[in-house]
This record gives sequence, structure tokens and C-alpha cells, in this order.
Amino acid sequence: MSTELHPVPTASESGRATALLRFATAGSVDDGKSTLVGRLLHDSKSVLADQLEAVAHASRNRGQDVPDLALLTDGLRAEREQGITIDVAYRYFATPRRRFILADTPGHVQYTRNMVTGASTAELAVVLVDARNGVVEQTRRHAAVAALLRVPHVVLAVNKMDLVDYAEPVFAAIAAEFTAYAASLGVHDIVAIPISALAGDNVVEPSAHMDWYGGPTMLEHLETVPVGGDPSAEPARFPVQYVIRPQSGEHRDYRGYAGQLASGVLRTGDPVTVLPSGLTSTVAGIDVLGRETAIAWAPQSVTVRLSDDIDVSRGDLIAAGPAAEPTQDVTATVSHLNERPLRVGDRVLLKHTTRTVRAIVKDIPYLIDIDTLAHVEAPGSLQVNDIGRVVLRTAEPLALDPYATNRRTGSFLLIDPADGTTLTAGMAGESF
Amino acid sequence: MLPSDAHDRVNPYALSHLDALEAEAVHIFREVAGEFERPVILFSGGKDSIVMLHLALKAFWPAPVPFALLHVDTGHNFPEVIEYRDRTVAEHGLRLHMASVQDFIDNGRLRERPDGLRNPLQTVPLLDGIESNRFDAVFGGGRRDEEKARAKERVFSLRDEFGAWDPRRQRPELWSLYNGRHAPGEHVRVFPLSNWTELDVWQYIERESIELPQIYYAHEREVFSRSGMWLTAGDWGGPKEGEPVERRLVRYRTVGDMSCTGAVDSDAVTVADVVTEIAASRLTERGATRADDKVSEAAMEDRKREGYF
Repeated sequence: MSTELHPVPTASESGRATALLRFATAGSVDDGKSTLVGRLLHDSKSVLADQLEAVAHASRNRGQDVPDLALLTDGLRAEREQGITIDVAYRYFATPRRRFILADTPGHVQYTRNMVTGASTAELAVVLVDARNGVVEQTRRHAAVAALLRVPHVVLAVNKMDLVDYAEPVFAAIAAEFTAYAASLGVHDIVAIPISALAGDNVVEPSAHMDWYGGPTMLEHLETVPVGGDPSAEPARFPVQYVIRPQSGEHRDYRGYAGQLASGVLRTGDPVTVLPSGLTSTVAGIDVLGRETAIAWAPQSVTVRLSDDIDVSRGDLIAAGPAAEPTQDVTATVSHLNERPLRVGDRVLLKHTTRTVRAIVKDIPYLIDIDTLAHVEAPGSLQVNDIGRVVLRTAEPLALDPYATNRRTGSFLLIDPADGTTLTAGMAGESF
Repeated sequence: MLPSDAHDRVNPYALSHLDALEAEAVHIFREVAGEFERPVILFSGGKDSIVMLHLALKAFWPAPVPFALLHVDTGHNFPEVIEYRDRTVAEHGLRLHMASVQDFIDNGRLRERPDGLRNPLQTVPLLDGIESNRFDAVFGGGRRDEEKARAKERVFSLRDEFGAWDPRRQRPELWSLYNGRHAPGEHVRVFPLSNWTELDVWQYIERESIELPQIYYAHEREVFSRSGMWLTAGDWGGPKEGEPVERRLVRYRTVGDMSCTGAVDSDAVTVADVVTEIAASRLTERGATRADDKVSEAAMEDRKREGYF
């Protein structure tokens, strides 16, 4: 066993380590999202010969002369039959600089729910706009969802530039309007890129038609946008998943708390508080998957040992630095995901980090019209795809951080206790 | 294409993609351990299940893995893989459950298919094994990059009492909040390697020095050609007349039933060779070596609806 004193990413040793960027795409029906995704996969050489052959074969069966790249991403029988995309799908590709996980979210009906799902794990969102139409209702909706989910980076892809003669003023006007709108929602890292997904301009290769554009191509931006944030700037949050007690052999007295660091950095010797009990202790040791270490940071999965023999179990949060006061009264912005409405008075289960508690919907003060951001007061219930404010009372206190400061300890699910259905996704604290 | 790490060295806290995938998979294992009564790891002796077991060993260190293994045995196994399986079970003090296609054929509950493929026959013994042992969470090594239907699969995938997957009724899955609730008789399939690609798996095998059955590396073998794939001659029913046997230097990219798992021409004898070979390959793993996925455009989706992984 070795002890590392400095944060050296372990896999760099192999010489082939690379970072991972999770991103989501959002676009309306005819904005060319499938073409963009197909182009990214195809031009980054992530589509292999047998997949292309399968697409060509399926296209021929439909009487199409040219392979339909949308068939690369529409995987289910019903999707191919109806020519629509039902659900979020995850795609994988790599370049020499990065590995990418793309949450491909459909723009059809049920879009809010699907985009919320895709955006929840994304560090970057691509919002697609048709250059001929400019910023439309759907664009504002996508920007609002990205802002609501606190996606750190947003890319505005102004597509179909080939259909507006690659004209700079068209692009500049759309970029200015979108940037102003997104900034009003609190999104500040916005990069606008003029592209033609069909012709391949500025997707992977720089365009020969837009000399006036001096920015990166889509892929170049995806490869260079900062990922991972700076854990040292955040307080440590460690939800306890599982208690490891071998009770045998050389580890007879070992008692470790297994979990994944939700935020921050944890070091041996750090004073910590266990929530919701409020008991305090000190980090006696950290094991990172079989190897002892002196420092760990989010999002590593580790095992933490404490110097005091106190009561800690699954569902507890080990916190260092300033921590939120545990509360049984939760106010949150929620995205309702299920056809079954959420009503005032409903009894639900709330899953927050590793803790699941009973909860009652005490109030639904308003729902947000996601197009205008106007409030609709006292709707009484939330329907599928609605985004609104909810006040909950929980049976046990929760150590919730505001979602604005911590996407991991500020998020939760509401679950139907009768059949386990996932009903609602919640974000604690203020929304925009 | 092989990634390099030059760019992301700037941030000392940036995790490499393998570290990020490992941390996520370990989180998934621990969630299952914390929320379910009787989880089991589906173990075929193939590279994905071997990587799964390796991750589980790390997730619970220094305690033993709190799950048993379940092997769905088609009866047409590579001997090297069975030897590997038994050695691994003994080495880590694991408990191995068996679900045997041959038993089901022998007692008349399954009938041999005219094409001799046994992979599609696995579903019935699998579901029977899950039901009779009352397993409530079943880990599978499935990856979303394998196939279009799998790209839509959740990490926690609820199955009804028939083991069926209904893509229209999947639970949305947000953040890293996995919903494992299920009614009696239902179970949850769990895929810790969802976000891994074939290349990730091999890079991880290289980094962690994980031992694999030797058939994953180039070796000389008697094979014959069927549907554009090199199959190994054996009791399972090959070769037929007009399928001449020849000796070739090959390796396997996947390990499954001998009747439908093809070998590829290869001279890759080390893990590093294999990583290089896969990075340059113009064929997907399944496209190159799996007969049963070529049956129809939606073959995988249809089998998953019936309870297959």
C-alpha cells in the first residue's frame, strides 16, 4: 500500500488518461439535431463500418437512396416505425483529446422531461437553432431548462448557415439575442458557433464559407471546455452509501464509510460533522479502492474512516466546511416527470443522496410557464412536463444544500410509495 | 484513436476518464448493496463480467464482495472460460449459482433450435434462476455502446415478473439518483458498465493488469467459416458439410456461446496489442463476432423485451 500526498490523477500514469465530458443536445423537430449528432459521430470516426452498413441497408429497405444518418441514433422499433425519437439515448465517442458521453435528448413531445433528464448529468448543453428562424419559443425553453439544471456551459449552434448564404449578420443577430436571454437566466458561459450540420461547416472541420468566424469548431470547443470544476473551492460533502466492516482476518477492527464524494476535497485529519445527527469527528484515514491515500476529491469513490466510534450509517452525510442546517421543510423547483399528476396533499417518498424518507406535498405555490417564465399561481397540481415550485414536509431531517451551490446534494427524486414509480425531479432552493 | 492526457493535466483535480468511469461504477455497486436484499452478479467469464467483478472487489475492499455470482451455462462453453470461472470463484471465496440450458433441454422445458443457436435459449434458465433464488437485483455487464437498443437502457432497469423490458415505460434516471424500488416478483437489472466502451474496458484491463481467459489473445485454432465468421468446431454442431476446417491465428472479442460467437483474425498477443487493434478496428464488437444480433434489425430489443439482458 502506498500513500499519496498530492492530488495526482492515478490513470495519468498509463500515458493514455483523458478527461470525460458529459454533454446534452437539445433541438426542435426540424433543427437538424440528428444530422448534427450523426455528423459528430461520423466525422470523429466513431461510426464503424458495420454500423454504417446497417444504416445503409435499413435506408434501402425504406426506399431511400442516401443512408439516413438519423437511423444511427433512433434505436427502437417504435422510433424507426414512426420516425421519431422517444427517449434519451446515450452515445459515446472519443478524440485523441477527450472522451465524450452525449445525452441525445429528443425534441418531440415530452421534451421538457427528456431534456431535464439529459441535462441533469451534463456539464455542457448544445442548443440548436435554425438560422432561418432565429430564436424561437423552443430555444428559450431549452435555455431555461439548461439554466434551471445549472448546466455550467452552453453552446448555441446556429445551424443551416448554408441556407442563409453563410451571412454573418444573420448569425450575429441570433447570437446577440440568445446571449442576452440566457444571461438573464444566469447562464454566463455561452459560446455561439455558426454551423451547417448537413454540409459539415464548423462541426469537426472549419468552414471554408465563413471567413468572418474566428472561433472554434463545435468539436474543438467540446475538446477544450474546462471540465470537472475546482473541488478545492467547495466544501466537502460525502453521502454515506454503505458501511464496510470485514470483521475477519487482518481487518477485524476495520470500519469504513463507503461513498462517492459529492463535492470538495477531504484530507486525513480534517474535522467533520455527521448530518443530520450533528456528531463531530476527524478523518482518521481514506482508502481509495484498496489503496490508502491522504487526500480525496469529488467525484472519487472512496472509503472514509473516522477517529471516533460514533453512529454513522447509510443515508448520513459526512460534511467538512460550512454545512446546511438539516431541515424537514423543503422548498424546491421541480420538474414533473410522470403522467400521474403531483397534487397538494400527496404522500410520497423523497430520495436525496443515499437517504429515502417519507414526505407530504404541503403546497404547490406556482408553476412556471417555461416559455415566458411567468408564474401561474396555485395550480393545485403539476402535470407531466410541468416545472413548478413545491413545498414539502419530510418525516426526517435532510442535509440539503441549495441546488445552485451543489447539484449533487441539492437534487432529489419524488417516488410513488405504492409502486416505486419515479414521479418528480427536485432542485432545492431558488430556481433561477 | 488513442487519447492522450496532455490537455487535462492543467487541472490537478481532473479525473481521467477511466477514474471517472470507475468511480461511477463503484457508486452503482454500493447503491445496490445498500438498497437490495439479494443481489447477484451475472458472470459468464467474459471480459465485461470479469471487469465487473474486479470493480466489485475494489468497491467493498477490504471486506469480501457481498454478492454471489450467477452463470447462465449454455452448455457450449469454451473450456478455457470454465476453468477461469472456477479458479476465480475459488480464489475470492465467492458463491456460484448455475442456470443450465442443457438441464432445461434434458427435462423438456426447452427445445433445441433448428439453427443450433443456444444464446436465445438463455432467457428461460436465467429468469428461472432469478425467481428460484429470489434475486432482486441482477448485475449485467451490458454497455450502451454495444447496440442501439442498449443505448436506451437505464443503469437501473426495472423488470416485471416475466423479466420483460418495456422501453416505453422506463423510469427516467437523473443525476446519480438511482431508483431501485420494486414490487415482490419484480427485479432490477443493474448495469455498472453502462457508460463504458469496448476500448475503455480494454484500457482498464491494461491499467489494472486484470487476467483474462487466454482465448482473448491471438492463438492458433481450428476454425471454419459460417456467415462470414470464424467458428470453433465442437460438439455443438459445427462444422456442417461444405464448411472446411482450417487452422488460423485468431482471437475472440467477446465470449459467449460457441455456436454464435465468432473469432477474428488477429496477431494481438498482449493487452497492449489488443488495445491498439481495437482502437484501429473498423468493426464493432458485436458486428464482428455475434451471429444472433444479425438475425433482424431489432434482434437485441426483441430479446430484451423477453427478459434477455
